[in-house]
Amino acid sequence: MTTLIRAEHIAHSFGNQKILEDISFTVERGEVIGLLGPSGAGKTTLVNILTGQLKATGGSVRTGEEGRREPACLETGIMMDSFGLYERLSVWENLRIFADIYRVSGERIEKLLDRTQLRTARNTAVNKLSKGMRGRVNLCRALLKDADILYLDEPTSGLDPATTWKIHQLIREEREGGTTVFLTTHNMHEAETLCDRVMLLNQGKIVEQGVPGDICTRHNSRGEIEVTLRGGEKHVIPNAPESEILLSTWIREEKILSIHSSEPDLENVFLRITGRRLCD
Amino acid sequence: MRHIITIIKKQIRDTLRNKAVFIQFVMFPALAAFMTKSIQIEGMPANFFVKLFAAMYVGMVPFTNIAAIISEEKEKNTLRVLLMADVTPWQYLAGVGSYVFFFCMLGAGVFCLLGEYTLGERGAFLLIMAAGILASLLLGAAVGAGSGSQMAATSVTVPVMLLFSFLPMFSTFNSDIAKVAKYTYTEQIRLLLDSLGTESGPLEGILIIAVNMILFAGLFCLLYRRQGFRQGRPALTKN
Repeated sequence: MTTLIRAEHIAHSFGNQKILEDISFTVERGEVIGLLGPSGAGKTTLVNILTGQLKATGGSVRTGEEGRREPACLETGIMMDSFGLYERLSVWENLRIFADIYRVSGERIEKLLDRTQLRTARNTAVNKLSKGMRGRVNLCRALLKDADILYLDEPTSGLDPATTWKIHQLIREEREGGTTVFLTTHNMHEAETLCDRVMLLNQGKIVEQGVPGDICTRHNSRGEIEVTLRGGEKHVIPNAPESEILLSTWIREEKILSIHSSEPDLENVFLRITGRRLCD
Repeated sequence: MRHIITIIKKQIRDTLRNKAVFIQFVMFPALAAFMTKSIQIEGMPANFFVKLFAAMYVGMVPFTNIAAIISEEKEKNTLRVLLMADVTPWQYLAGVGSYVFFFCMLGAGVFCLLGEYTLGERGAFLLIMAAGILASLLLGAAVGAGSGSQMAATSVTVPVMLLFSFLPMFSTFNSDIAKVAKYTYTEQIRLLLDSLGTESGPLEGILIIAVNMILFAGLFCLLYRRQGFRQGRPALTKN
């Protein structure tokens, strides 16, 4: 794995208000990394710092492949939480503006319109599109450049399940194509299904980071297993020697329908660490 | 240069769909044409309506247009997206400024054709209009840079526009107003247009317009430094 971004001790304040404190992490090439946190946790501020829109008041961010003699300038695609589209112009005209700026061919726009299923809306003015379609135009614009890293700031916030699913598919395709994705979200299902690694951000600090499954396992302090018997009866029993007899009985009687460890999901991990919910 | 041309192309496409902006560009030349052709009063100065509407055009159209464009782009976040796409603030300003300047000069061309001027006077007319349009653009860019939204920009542009556009008219009726108005670029534009074809020297007028432009450029720099095009918090007005 090659490190693309190395952030060390990033801090940021607006006046006396601390927004970010001592944020350190790395982003490896080809991974989908998720930044999870409730509204106001500092996610957008961190993305603004990483994308050079904001200068951090402390710490450093190094971008480009490590180990190279000359630090390479990364091509970045950015999808912001606000759409920033020209509402009177058509979908195609909006994309054409940025294709001209990036020196991208019209052919690439057409391919992206197909990938994002916006072909039928090609000549429709943006102010006549639904929120979900605007979200896809926004993503389409971020994908115009053949980016090394894609920053997606709450890409599915407020979108319907069908559009959310389409956007998730596109993110997976990008990842398969080797693009690194930096995703901010407060949707833990999105993070669990899409991200290779996640960072949990609360009040400007990273409170936990790692592979989603590992984080959940680490916080399985209850040490219980959940057993569902045929007929729908559910039992939560200690993951300890005293449960052996009960389990053996159920197995002998072929009563067990499913058996699960009872580690918490990311939402509950976050709740346990911070006392807040991600969707707060 | 490529980025500037992209911004100009974008503005032209947008104007064709934005009737409010498009009407502003054509309204004053159309009014001047209508009044000049339909109202003939004995003793009325030559090119009266052309000069009157040309001075108002210079004070209103470039100023309100560029302020509206910049503030709308800030409000809708499109300016932020452009800046993230490696368009520099100066390329953006050059793009929207060139676009407004070009369209306003088309209007100035219509005024010029409506007036009964010699070839030399027509050249001078266009130069005077160009200077006025540039001054208005600087003032409008300052208001746009200092406002966080279109609504906030409008609350500033309306009184400023009325002040600069109507002072030349009021100054013809009241000598006290004329003493103050002479320091505004719009009044000097009117005086310079009045002096076309006469022997009176334009030096004072040119100097006053130049000082106005320097002041507006300074105001723009001040507001741009305080607010920039990236941050959401307006320096001039609050929402």
